[in-house]
Amino acid sequence: MSGHSLQIDSNGQLRHFLCISGLNRQLMTEILDTAESFAGVTEQTVKKVPLLRGKTIVNLFFEASTRTRTTFELAAKRLSADVLNINITQSSTVKGETLLDTLRNLEAMHVDMFVVRHADSGAAHFIAANSAPHISVINAGDGRHSHPTQAMLDMFTIRRVKGPDFGALRVAIVGDILHSRVARSQIHALNLLNTGEVRIVAPKTLIPAHAESLGAQVHHDLRTGIKDADVIIILRLQRERMQGALLPSEHEYFELFGLTEEKLVHASPEVTVMHPGPINRGVEMDSDVADGPRSVILEQVTHGIAVRMAVMSMAMSRREGSTE
Amino acid sequence: MPATRTATKILISNGRVIDPANHTDAVRDIYIADGKVIALGDAPQGFEADLKIDASHQIVCPGLIDISARLREPGQEQKATIATESLAAASAGITTLCCPPDTNPVIDTPAVTEFIRLRAEAAGSARIVTLGALTRSLGGEQLSEMAALQRAGCVGVSNALKPVLNPLILRRALEYAATFNLTVFLYPNDHWLANDGCAHEGRVATRMGLPGIPEAAETAAVAHDLALIEQTGVRAHFCRLTTGRAARMVARAQYDGAPVTADVAIPYLYLSEVDISDFDSHCHLIPPLRTVEDRQQLRDALQQGTISAICSDHQPHEPDAKLGPFPATEPGISGLDTLLPLGLRMVEEHTIELVDLIHRLTVGPARILGLPLGTLSIGSTADICIFDPTASWQLDSSTIRSNGHNTPFLGWEMKGRVTHTLLAGKPVYSLN
Repeated sequence: MSGHSLQIDSNGQLRHFLCISGLNRQLMTEILDTAESFAGVTEQTVKKVPLLRGKTIVNLFFEASTRTRTTFELAAKRLSADVLNINITQSSTVKGETLLDTLRNLEAMHVDMFVVRHADSGAAHFIAANSAPHISVINAGDGRHSHPTQAMLDMFTIRRVKGPDFGALRVAIVGDILHSRVARSQIHALNLLNTGEVRIVAPKTLIPAHAESLGAQVHHDLRTGIKDADVIIILRLQRERMQGALLPSEHEYFELFGLTEEKLVHASPEVTVMHPGPINRGVEMDSDVADGPRSVILEQVTHGIAVRMAVMSMAMSRREGSTE
Repeated sequence: MPATRTATKILISNGRVIDPANHTDAVRDIYIADGKVIALGDAPQGFEADLKIDASHQIVCPGLIDISARLREPGQEQKATIATESLAAASAGITTLCCPPDTNPVIDTPAVTEFIRLRAEAAGSARIVTLGALTRSLGGEQLSEMAALQRAGCVGVSNALKPVLNPLILRRALEYAATFNLTVFLYPNDHWLANDGCAHEGRVATRMGLPGIPEAAETAAVAHDLALIEQTGVRAHFCRLTTGRAARMVARAQYDGAPVTADVAIPYLYLSEVDISDFDSHCHLIPPLRTVEDRQQLRDALQQGTISAICSDHQPHEPDAKLGPFPATEPGISGLDTLLPLGLRMVEEHTIELVDLIHRLTVGPARILGLPLGTLSIGSTADICIFDPTASWQLDSSTIRSNGHNTPFLGWEMKGRVTHTLLAGKPVYSLN
């Protein structure tokens, strides 16, 4: 609710980027189209545009991440912004500083954007709601809630490979849906783009309560779950899931839900395989699949930069416009 | 309380007297002397009032009894103190507050009970009774000295929200409490099933990615506790039911003759999981707000009498406690100010009859606590609440009296305003 009104201003423009729910198809398409224009930039020899020159972007990571932080950093640099990386996992909060104190201190340094990752759901909303009005907040993952730039880069990748008509697609998301902010954002995004069928596939221990209310068909068998699928998105399986009695062993998980060339025969012959990374080879998917011809896993990483450039520049250009 | 004040003779005239314990609902004058109700209706011979209160068009009822209010003292005085919250209670018509044992230090020695009693007396605005710890330090491992706590004035024992993980220890704690005829106040929440969740495991938590607490965390605990209650014969009270299924389990046990009672906190009668959907930390409660269907079933159980008390579950906080990402904020609502007005709103919405509402706020909780209060019988302690049921006002940071402003009801139009509160015949609050 407030997330929707928080992230979109009265002109329908992006102010923050916090979650997919609350976006509309038009805005999503705009993000994808903008990302398409930046994809050209990242493929040139001089990979910079001066859109955010003089702006300071803070990567505020309360939870460890290499890939996401790096692509955000590259995206910001390619927009000519100055970037500051702050890892708060073992600094301020340990000293008893509150999240709000940390924000106030950074605001006092006249920064323009926070890219936030935090282990608590709702953290990006909280920071957006409590930041100075000139600051934009981009959610780089909050708890189990949302990871909207990941979902957008996945949509970007699907659109590039399959074309713009999502209505004709069957998409299966396989893995730990319960703990996954990526899956929640993907399901929202796929539904906003009117995807023909959205399925989630996992044992019951990894499916959240009332999962169908998210807008997905629930499957507990991989073969039926990926039957005739045009896109299969495999999620990373955290090793600690064995400790919490959610799964008996990696071995059994791989046997039942791990994606192999053998099991891929149930999907559409044209199937595209995706993974948000980093992959546990031999746990959620076989190396043959990850490195095979149907995999677009590395393209996803490349597209992540263009999509993050799009979101950052859109949120910041609105800020420019509003001050005039 | 100075003895000279309790000698005051007071006449409350022309009010609509509602005393559910005596099935009274009529316009009557009430005569008070020496802190007691001495007559209703006709004046006793030679009665000369030192103070006359005109209660025309107002309702006069026993002072409200709040079965669960955290006063934050000792231990968390940055949130509130006994003095601030007693005053807030008096202005809300609440004359008795029951404080759970999870203070810091825990109420597991007579010294802490005594400290609270002295602070309450010094504040002088409300009667405060305490629940003693069921286990030492609420650690769930060793029994507390329950007999000593009882002698020091504790009206029951409880482990509050802390789990007693070993069922054998819980069995023995219940038996030991039963030895002294102490009521055990149980918070039904299975520690393992709750799994550090912060919201009801349902559609809303699924969408928001909030760690869920399943309904079974409550129903499994109720089933487990009921088995031990029947085994030990202890008198037990279930605190803060939140699910319709648990309420039906308690109703069934009551029908079968088990000595169990139950309460509900008023936010659970108005709010549901839907209210957390914008990460509103003011709606972060433990136990969590459940579904809209649960809310209706709690209302039904309240109306049917399975639930015989409504409490505020008052948990005042300093502003910082609610400033953070939803799961990281401290749970709880500041509820003293809204206990009666939200109750009256249910009457207006025909959820409950006025006399039943007052029952659940007075004699209902008094019986659970084993206190001879919550009635206007001749000779009873003159704890009295007088309120104008039609006066409307807005709850905002200027009208809220508690030190804790953490409530999702800020900005709500409230109906019903307390005009006078008497504690043992002593005026402790007057609107003007």
